Amino acid sequence: MRRIRVAQALSALALIAMAGAAFAIGSSPVTTGPHDVLAPAGVQADRIGQLWNVFLGVCTLVTLAVFAVFALALWRTPRATGETPADLSSLGRHESGPYRTVVGAVAVSIALLLVLLAASVWTDRALARMALADALSIQVVGHQWWWEARYGPAANEPMSDQFVTANELHVPVGRPVIVTLTGADVIHSLWVPSLAGKKDLIPGRTSKLQFRADHPGVYRGQCAEFCGFQHAYMGFQVFADAPADYAAWEARQRQEAAAPAGAALQRGEQVFLGSTCIMCHTVNGTTAQANFGPDLTHVGGRTTLAAGMLRNTPQDLKRWIRDPQKIKPGTSMPASTLPDADLDALVAWLGSLR
Amino acid sequence: MSDVAPAASPMLNSVPPTSGQAAALERTWRDPPGLLGWISAVNHKTIGKRFISTAFAFFIAGGLFALAMRLQLAKPENGLMGPDLYNQLFTMHGSTMMFLFAVPVMQAVAVYLLPLMLGTRSVAFPRMNAFAYWIYLFGGLMLMTAFALDIGPDVGWFAYVPLSGPDYSPGKRADFWAQLITFTELSGLLEAIVIVTTVFKLRAPGMTLNRIPLFAWTMVVTAFMVMFAMPSVMLASTALIMDRLVGTHFYNPAEGGDVILWQHLFWFFGHPEVYFIFLPGLGFLSSIIPTFARRPIYGYTAMVLSVIATGFLSFGLWVHHMFATNLPDLGKSFFTAASLMIAIPSAVQIFCWLATLWTGRLRFRTPLYFALAFFVILVIGGMSGLMLASVPLDVQVHDTYFVVAHLHYVLLGGAVFPLFGAIYYWYPKFTGRLMGERLGRWNFWLFFIGFNVAFFPMHLLGLHGMPRRVYTYGAEMGWGTLNAVSTFGALLIAASVLCFLYNAWHSRSHGAVAGPNPWGGGTLEWATASPPPACNFEAIPVVHGRDPVWEAGAEPTHVAGLSVESREALVTTVLDAHPDKREAFPNPTPWPFVSAVATAVFFIGSIFTPWAVVWGTIPIGIATTIWFWPKRRETAAHLALERAP
Repeated sequence: MRRIRVAQALSALALIAMAGAAFAIGSSPVTTGPHDVLAPAGVQADRIGQLWNVFLGVCTLVTLAVFAVFALALWRTPRATGETPADLSSLGRHESGPYRTVVGAVAVSIALLLVLLAASVWTDRALARMALADALSIQVVGHQWWWEARYGPAANEPMSDQFVTANELHVPVGRPVIVTLTGADVIHSLWVPSLAGKKDLIPGRTSKLQFRADHPGVYRGQCAEFCGFQHAYMGFQVFADAPADYAAWEARQRQEAAAPAGAALQRGEQVFLGSTCIMCHTVNGTTAQANFGPDLTHVGGRTTLAAGMLRNTPQDLKRWIRDPQKIKPGTSMPASTLPDADLDALVAWLGSLR
Repeated sequence: MSDVAPAASPMLNSVPPTSGQAAALERTWRDPPGLLGWISAVNHKTIGKRFISTAFAFFIAGGLFALAMRLQLAKPENGLMGPDLYNQLFTMHGSTMMFLFAVPVMQAVAVYLLPLMLGTRSVAFPRMNAFAYWIYLFGGLMLMTAFALDIGPDVGWFAYVPLSGPDYSPGKRADFWAQLITFTELSGLLEAIVIVTTVFKLRAPGMTLNRIPLFAWTMVVTAFMVMFAMPSVMLASTALIMDRLVGTHFYNPAEGGDVILWQHLFWFFGHPEVYFIFLPGLGFLSSIIPTFARRPIYGYTAMVLSVIATGFLSFGLWVHHMFATNLPDLGKSFFTAASLMIAIPSAVQIFCWLATLWTGRLRFRTPLYFALAFFVILVIGGMSGLMLASVPLDVQVHDTYFVVAHLHYVLLGGAVFPLFGAIYYWYPKFTGRLMGERLGRWNFWLFFIGFNVAFFPMHLLGLHGMPRRVYTYGAEMGWGTLNAVSTFGALLIAASVLCFLYNAWHSRSHGAVAGPNPWGGGTLEWATASPPPACNFEAIPVVHGRDPVWEAGAEPTHVAGLSVESREALVTTVLDAHPDKREAFPNPTPWPFVSAVATAVFFIGSIFTPWAVVWGTIPIGIATTIWFWPKRRETAAHLALERAP
């Protein structure tokens, strides 16, 4: 036993040494909401949580029962030595004790499996039948490595009623949401563990995810299907707002970007419109209308940058624009060669787009 | 030499062979010496030992990839490596462990053991067996070379399109992965043919279908599964190579292709593949447990039927890897039912083993320890498998560390722990010496504790929302502590594998001399010397029960009448193993090796140019033609041995 402890201590030392040799990259910590299967905040995740309890209960009981029989078998069975001859008395004889036990155990197993199957199918049915009256419709498109979200229009509204945002969804508490999903490049998977199970965003196909947030709060989500270089940093947030707050947010999103107030902000807008930014980004109310990168019309109102990787502070925004490849290698956004003063003006103007 | 004259037909006999006959058999069946002899070897034991050693070398490599990943994940926002290396590492770990270790090592052990267990002189198609080994080796070396040159694949061992397609994986990385599939599947399919033919046609007389050792049953079921599942992934990977190399659009949605097609084809192979790995592990348990419980296995027939049922059911589960896609919801429920159903045959086997343990007398030795670990680890893995079978639970934990925990619990509990037990169990047969018992215990306990420390926390990480295949994670996620614990467990596993390697290396020359049957086992491999002579058995045994060594003594004891000067083996009937005919087996030759080199050039060349497919066939054609060209002298010798009925 002492030797095992020595081995463990040595292993721990090796681990600490190697971990110490590594170094962490610096970035502002992002505050995050719940991201946990076991902390449901919506009806769908809640139903799955209840099913989890059923499965966990049954499986734990069965595991303990098997362990008990196993331990008892090892404990009670007589020991053999190298000279013990094989006991062939079972040949040509029906072993009625083991036979009854094995058949009984298999029968119990089948019964329990049927219980689990029924519970699973019942939950699945309940998930599919969530009430969808007055549902909010959002289309989410997965990109390497960020999320594009298009709100509305409802079936009979004109396309111009649509508005676009990125990496942050707002939904009203208590109202069902239907998310229509597709992938722009490779397969991604939208997953907000506290609200619902995941669904893939598949190029060439559309899939639907339904959920409802029942408690106000911010819930973190993340891409769950390996999608290349920066799969690890493809996060997003879902803000479950009180209905009045949601309505105010929606009204704000529908507006075009406000005209810049003051010379400094005007300077920032000019830098934006005069540089390569407009090759990829949209700011409604200006001539920038490209849709290769995230829509920036209200970027100042978001809490994070680069798909949940950075906090949306002027310092981090500046760092990001100057050299995105350093922060998130592989991202499509190129480094910027803007002089410092222009960069500051640009960051100030982007920050004002709320 | 009158005693070498062929008899009119094989006879059942109880007169032992003479020492002159034994010496002649050794001359006839051994592999030739020298370098040319080394590449010409066709003896199944030579190929089997090379196969097992190579597979373990890849196991070490795959383990080191995993260890590097664990060090990177040990703390949040760790800068040990970037996404480029990390993505290569998890792709290499998965591909190496699945394609270069877990499936081949089972076939490798079978290639060594099956002729000994079944009482014959060779595997069927010994030259093809050698060819399959070389193909496997070259495919593995290609993958390792690509990784060493920093052009290793980085799209995951599952290589989902469109990420692995031409638009999102430029360069040759994904092509190396796809050609690895071609290599290993070719090798796997050939080995499947070898195994099925060996088990069905080369058994000793009297070994009727209901007396075949359970390990042989698991291997024959696995081999049939390989034949039905592997064409699916070969089709998928060939279509991927064509998309990448010659501009087809099988998986391009913009041109009417479908990205989900890949997932269907891959998992139609990929789920049965789990059982290629698991079923032989069950075969190891069914070999080890009766020996160390000192009684025949309880419920032989139920065990055989369970293995066959598992084989069939495993083809009906593949969609449970695709519950998060947009397939119809009702259809997914059927796959929930099928996935739960496969627990039944596994339960039957577990209960039968428990009954064997319960009614036996136990001798605790290292092989039994590894076998018993199954009952802890696999049961936990099976339970998390039930959870993953349920659509609602799966869409929460799919692609999280919960799945990583589950798959390691089933694959290590179901296959790797039994495999280590099997190596400890049969090592004396391979080498003539026993592995050290003391180091064996260290190996076992470090592995068992390290495994649970490494993988149990992953269940919790998955439930706390940690996705798979992330090269790092933010400190704010709160996953740091569990990941550090998991990395510590990985280091314990590494220490245990070091114990194993030292034990295997040291015992080769210093282990206790084993003798033919050190554990008192009941199957036929224990009826011959350790290590066995080149011909396996100086006289082919006649079988009178399921455990021929335990039930020895009935007459006749062996077969007479096979030539000792020519490679003759006895072919028996499929059902009842009646002696059927004498079959002439081929001599050693370097041409399988040369053919494998030509095939490797063809496969690797086609990564770079489609013309390799055209010109590459010419050397293969030449090499295989010479391989199969009949030799006048050998034909004459075989004709001389022919007897009219």
